[in-house]
Amino acid sequence: MKLSALHQSYLNRRSSNFRGLSGDSSADGSMKSQASVFWLVLHGLCCLVSLVLGFRFSRLVFFLLFSPSTTTNLYSMPFRQAVEASVFQLSTEAANQVLPVNTTTPRVVVGRHGIRIRPWPHPDPVEVMKAHRIIERVQREQRAQFGVKAPRTLIAVTPTYVRTFQTLHMTGVMHSLMLVPYDLVWIVVEAGGVTNETTSLIAKSGLRNIHVGFNERMPNSWANRHRLEAKMRLHALKIIREEKLDGIVIFVDDSNMHSMELFDEIQNVKWIGALSVGILAHSNSAEESSFSLAWKEADNSVIPVQGPACNSSNRLIGWHTFNSLPFLEKSATHIDDRGIILPRKLEWAGFVLNSRLLWKDFTDKPMWMKDLDLFDGVDDMESPLLLLNDASVVEPLGRCGLQVMLWWLRVEARSDSKFPPGWVIDPPLEITVPSKHTPWPDALPELPMSDKIVDAQGETLAVKRPGKTRRSRSKHDARNKRKHESRNAEVDISEKQTKQN
Amino acid sequence: MKMLTNIWTLILLGFLCSAFPSMEPMRTGALKLHRSQPTERISGSAGDVLDDDPVGRLKVFVYELPSKYNKKILQKDQRCLTHMFAAEIFMHRFLLSSAVRTLNPEEADWFYTPVYTTCDLTPNGLPLPFKSPRMMRSAIQLISSNWPYWNRSEGADHFFLVPHDFGACFHYQEEKAIERGILPLLQRATLVQTFGQRNHVCLKDGSITIPPYAPPQKMQAHLIHEKTPRSIFVYFRGLFYDVGNDPEGGYYARGARAAVWENFKDNPLFDISTEHPTTYYEDMQRAIFCLCPLGWAPWSPRLVEAVIFGCIPIIIADDIVLPFADAIPWEDIGVFVDEKDVPNLDTILTSIPVEVILRKQRLLANPSMKQAMLFPQPAQSGDAFHQVLNGLARKLPHGRSNVYLKPGQKILNWTAGPVGDLKPW
Repeated sequence: MKLSALHQSYLNRRSSNFRGLSGDSSADGSMKSQASVFWLVLHGLCCLVSLVLGFRFSRLVFFLLFSPSTTTNLYSMPFRQAVEASVFQLSTEAANQVLPVNTTTPRVVVGRHGIRIRPWPHPDPVEVMKAHRIIERVQREQRAQFGVKAPRTLIAVTPTYVRTFQTLHMTGVMHSLMLVPYDLVWIVVEAGGVTNETTSLIAKSGLRNIHVGFNERMPNSWANRHRLEAKMRLHALKIIREEKLDGIVIFVDDSNMHSMELFDEIQNVKWIGALSVGILAHSNSAEESSFSLAWKEADNSVIPVQGPACNSSNRLIGWHTFNSLPFLEKSATHIDDRGIILPRKLEWAGFVLNSRLLWKDFTDKPMWMKDLDLFDGVDDMESPLLLLNDASVVEPLGRCGLQVMLWWLRVEARSDSKFPPGWVIDPPLEITVPSKHTPWPDALPELPMSDKIVDAQGETLAVKRPGKTRRSRSKHDARNKRKHESRNAEVDISEKQTKQN
Repeated sequence: MKMLTNIWTLILLGFLCSAFPSMEPMRTGALKLHRSQPTERISGSAGDVLDDDPVGRLKVFVYELPSKYNKKILQKDQRCLTHMFAAEIFMHRFLLSSAVRTLNPEEADWFYTPVYTTCDLTPNGLPLPFKSPRMMRSAIQLISSNWPYWNRSEGADHFFLVPHDFGACFHYQEEKAIERGILPLLQRATLVQTFGQRNHVCLKDGSITIPPYAPPQKMQAHLIHEKTPRSIFVYFRGLFYDVGNDPEGGYYARGARAAVWENFKDNPLFDISTEHPTTYYEDMQRAIFCLCPLGWAPWSPRLVEAVIFGCIPIIIADDIVLPFADAIPWEDIGVFVDEKDVPNLDTILTSIPVEVILRKQRLLANPSMKQAMLFPQPAQSGDAFHQVLNGLARKLPHGRSNVYLKPGQKILNWTAGPVGDLKPW
């Protein structure tokens, strides 16, 4: 264009649409050099006019007026009238003048357009909900096309009992099971009998569940615990047999972690399958050093995994088990121990069964499956492999054990740890007992506090003790003193921090 | 004699074609798609033509131009093979070894001139169109003086590939492009271009619109499992304001992209930003809708990417003409939103019935649809090269329009156009 100076400034700005040098001026030649001065002056005038008017009055209006030739389709730089004034927001709008054309009037015009913004440019909750329904429907369609073709019901078997960490573990398991896109039956076997706590927990999930009690209490040592859990699982398998539940049995321990791919992979099992379980054998102690030392001794650099071992043609040839020898000295025997909690050689959680294997009168039952009644009095069932005559029929799942989709973990609180039943604090606490240590590193030494009621931060609490004026007055003095001291303490600490910074 | 050889070649070709499993949609080498997804048949206004085989329906003669028009230009800058205008180079290579090529110009239906007009690149990689008119003019002068076929029809049975922003108007700025108009010498030729907009100077009747070039191997390398649930509602990555060339906004994209940003920047359903993530292709496969708004020109490679990755394209460009519009029913596949309706985009999208959305996804899943958008090397059946040939074949026979001129009749004005174009190249 004539005003190549302005153009050059535009063109020279580095952006993704950078078009390089003003080649067009060189291409056009020096034909209109005298006119360029004229155009510059005109451009200056236009700038002044636009300053006055408040919107950009482009130079190309003059081009329109003074252009020598008009091509048949004429719409170089028309301006546009602000039609929907309530909708347009920016001030950069311009008047429209469509010149008569020979061909059909194009709907689209070149030039500056307004940026349309609606009056309330924020998400509408109704639209958001509709969009989520669309997304859900599309995902359901995707699952139907690419996911498992005929999904079977899952039967999850969970042994549990009431203790401090039960809510923690069961909430995790519950949420995992609620996310499973298939039909699910949750069989919860509770040691020590059915309790209201567990019932209310399970009811929150909304899943179809069978909650039974088991008449033994959970013992304190880990070895006995493993045994009792195995017994509880057998009990659940008997229930499956009685109820003739049809589906895939999966052993969901309440403290394990399951990924969603696990539930999709399980659908591939025919009779009995094995998965790789990542073992998060951790130390119950506060210091990790004992565990990591043992780790280094065991000469391992990766997390141990229990599961099927295959040869190169993806056939099952053996098992990777957990080698507990290096850890035995440091292992925990009782729940409170500060040692490493070890799993068994092969955990139940790594196996899945077709529930038809357990049925009594199932005609197509394979020969290698033993009857459940044989295990009635058995004390310790280490793994479901004992149910089989021939362990080689186990199908390895998860790309032959290469994919780890669940992790085994046991974390328990001290056996004497107390927790509010149902995690509801009722009645509300009246007295708080101060802890011996304050979190402030440089806090002032504690004053004798026989009558004063303070909390760890050094500020006094409002106490529901009306009518004890004598005490309240002394409390008041103490409160002021405490406030001073705490303020000083804060000042000290902040000074220390600034010094550190 | 000639007829006999023709018949024999046709029979041979017929045997060869029937030897391959016919109409098998899965014979895609570049893209291995999951077999089990149900797809729907694609039929546009020209019928079910995506699977048509052009071999035997037309003959193309490729002019031998000196290498300064093609090879030397490419040697100067290899980036021309990977940018979105690379279709002109790949079309040349395809035609050289294709079955439709004939070495005898007397029997050719169409004539192709291999001149790479979009290969003069800036350091940033953008093509400069300033020398393109002169280059094209020089090429046409060459062919009209060395062969009689141009003068016979004044170019009406010749076709050219002009994949630049505004086609044969040879400028990146719309006003300038309109001002220049299509190169006068190309007035009668068939133009194969990416630009398409109704009632626009730079799209003439009878042009064939093609998709911009997108690298097939790169896209295939980023395919993820179709099982991955589509959890993003609307996805877009790109500029909303072109701060370098249009700082105030309003010019770039006719204000449409800026409107999208201003209205939906805080909307959780719209995953839009200017970032360049490394997972761009993977993200598109996790999205249900992909925005394809206009930029400085109405077309963009986003359309191709959306089709390949199964994301329903939302086309915001008034009056745009999409690639192979007579063969592909774009109205059934994508969602067209007027630029003035952009503030209500969320309402428009959520009010589409779910069955319609699922149907669009099925149409997009059709492998012949994806194949038609690509320029694979080596060429495969049903790809964009073949669709161009199909389009050319549909324009035959030439006798319908007044293609051949009477002796002595002259239509083209060789001195029309800006004076700068007349300089030799």
